[in-house]
Amino acid sequence: MNTPSPAAPALEASHLTKVYGSGNTEVVAMKDVSLTVARGEVVALLGPSGAGKSTLLTAIGLINPPTSGRIAIGGQAVMDADRALVDLRAFRRQHLGFVFQKANLIPFLNAVENVQVAMEINDVSPPAARSRALELLDYLGVAGRSHNLPDALSGGQQQRVAVARALANQPSLILADEPTAALDSQRGRQVMELFRKVAHERGAAVIVVTHDHRALDIFDRTYEMEDGQLKTN
Amino acid sequence: MNLAAKDIRHNFGRFALTTVGIGLLLMIVMGMGGIYRGLIREATLLVDKIGADLWVVQGSTRGPFAEVSRVSANLEDRARAVPGVAGARRFVSHTIQREHRGRPLRIVVQGLSWPEDRGGWIPLVAGRPLQQAHFEMIADRSLNLPLGERLQLGKDVYEVVGLASGMVGSGGDGLCFFSVSDAEAIQFDVPGEAVRLERQSRRARAAARDIGQVQPLLLERAAGPASDLPALAPPQVSAVMVALQPGADPAQVAATLATWPDITVYSTPQQVDLLLAGMVDKARRQLGLFRVLLIIISTIIMALIIYTLTLDKIHDIAMLKLMGARNGVIVGLILQQALLIGALGYGLAYWLGTFAFPRFPRLVVIETTDLVSLAAIVLGISVLSSLLGIWKAMRVEPNKVLS
Ligand SMILES: Nc1ncnc2c1ncn2[C@@H]1O[C@H](COP(=O)(O)OP(=O)(O)OP(=O)(O)O)[C@@H](O)[C@H]1O
Ligand SMILES: [Mg+2]
Repeated sequence: MNTPSPAAPALEASHLTKVYGSGNTEVVAMKDVSLTVARGEVVALLGPSGAGKSTLLTAIGLINPPTSGRIAIGGQAVMDADRALVDLRAFRRQHLGFVFQKANLIPFLNAVENVQVAMEINDVSPPAARSRALELLDYLGVAGRSHNLPDALSGGQQQRVAVARALANQPSLILADEPTAALDSQRGRQVMELFRKVAHERGAAVIVVTHDHRALDIFDRTYEMEDGQLKTN
Repeated sequence: MNLAAKDIRHNFGRFALTTVGIGLLLMIVMGMGGIYRGLIREATLLVDKIGADLWVVQGSTRGPFAEVSRVSANLEDRARAVPGVAGARRFVSHTIQREHRGRPLRIVVQGLSWPEDRGGWIPLVAGRPLQQAHFEMIADRSLNLPLGERLQLGKDVYEVVGLASGMVGSGGDGLCFFSVSDAEAIQFDVPGEAVRLERQSRRARAAARDIGQVQPLLLERAAGPASDLPALAPPQVSAVMVALQPGADPAQVAATLATWPDITVYSTPQQVDLLLAGMVDKARRQLGLFRVLLIIISTIIMALIIYTLTLDKIHDIAMLKLMGARNGVIVGLILQQALLIGALGYGLAYWLGTFAFPRFPRLVVIETTDLVSLAAIVLGISVLSSLLGIWKAMRVEPNKVLS
């Protein structure tokens, strides 16, 4: 098994296929998709509903194994078809960051604790995790609400806390599935710009599924998905 | 960061209510054990306190507690003649239920072998031991009879001269101590009419025999008091208690007594065994089964609560898995809450028990060993009840976050 190397691309996915169900109910959600994303690159994934964008993203995110194909992250092979080549949970907490349409914050933890917990499960000491969590919230402009429970935050604030959480462990790959769908266009653009900033400043690769064509200028590259197949724009 | 504590803080009301519910259930479990211990203590109290080394009872019976035993009162004198015996006392005991000041009063009438035994060994909280051979009694406090209270029992009136504490019979009824002859008078009291009828029938029986015809004086005797009739049996007592001389070997004295064919002899530990094996055994099994049921019920209720608490968090648990949390983090979240509910419930049960148990009508004895074993059981049910929730949490896929 090879380890992540600084020279390797952030993501190399090759010939990914995903088939849901079998027989009559069989759905081919993803067909022979290959995708390479370099470090520091911000990539948009567009496409109509049902095209297979979430399927691709969750396969890359190691939470929805492909039926066939290979995935390497940071040069390290992690999936061969539906077979895990590493401890997926350990790999996720060390190298991946997720943002979804809903913030999915843990309701019984306040903003700073929601960020902190991501680091604590990655064995960062609680004091270190806390100070870094506060820094991140400050970076995302929600430091003032760090002691509020998610219920007391607006949708945009929640989403920014979720972004802070995704950045907490300095992941090499950030996966965002319609992160701005619940935000107004101005807030949405801010979040997209934030991804670009993180990618360029910290060398992380970012893949964003979006329907918002107004913010496409932010991305380094744009892919279009249709019927489970990937096309470059 | 302790996720379990944070979640509890967030759902405090529900958590507190659950803990109170579990606490009350555990209090009942604890109380059941205490009632059982109390039953044993009450059953064996008299045997323990009365200070007899050997019990001489009617041949081939297991009296005087477990079944009826009748021995003649002069057995006392026969026992005294055995080498190694320091003293012998008559044991007379029976339960009566009378109406007193408009409420039912259940009393265990206990005879004291006057004059050797005046009740000096009885733990008194007020008053004094018996000072005269008749018409005095020492009553247990639980009977609510004040000092100086006078009670008509049979044909005589008895005055309460002393109050004892914690002296109850195996049924939980308060003890009253009388001199043996008073206790027998109460036990064998029959109405005057019954006496007259008995004398009449004796006279009729005598008249029907030829001896009644030849000896007319005998007919007159037959109609008189029973004590004037030489042929009637001597007065009977339940048992004779034997005290041994210091240094005497109980086994040897018992062996000597056991050669008498009309009686059976038991040591005090044997007597305790008879009481527990016979009278208390069913109650013990009953309470034991009930306890087991309650423990099962507590486990099921707790499991359901922990399960629903887990279901409520299942989306968050999926999110934690997605972020890469180890199973230990998730198991800890569920298990710690179950353990906390168990521990707090146990503490609450103990605390509530200190108020509730002394107010129970019968003795509740909470022993340290029982507390320790219940703590272990609570630990067990906490772990067991969280298994269902843990199983559910282990099965959830991280991509459940997306649905
Ligand atoms: N768990 C599943 N079981 C069966 N079919 C599924 C499952 N998940 C997705 N699909 C199917 O796979 C196809 C791709 O779904 P996917 O969610 O990847 O689309 P998407 O591009 O993300 O759409 P949207 O823009 O609406 O989110 C769809 O036809 C969908 O019905
Ligand atoms: Mg989707």
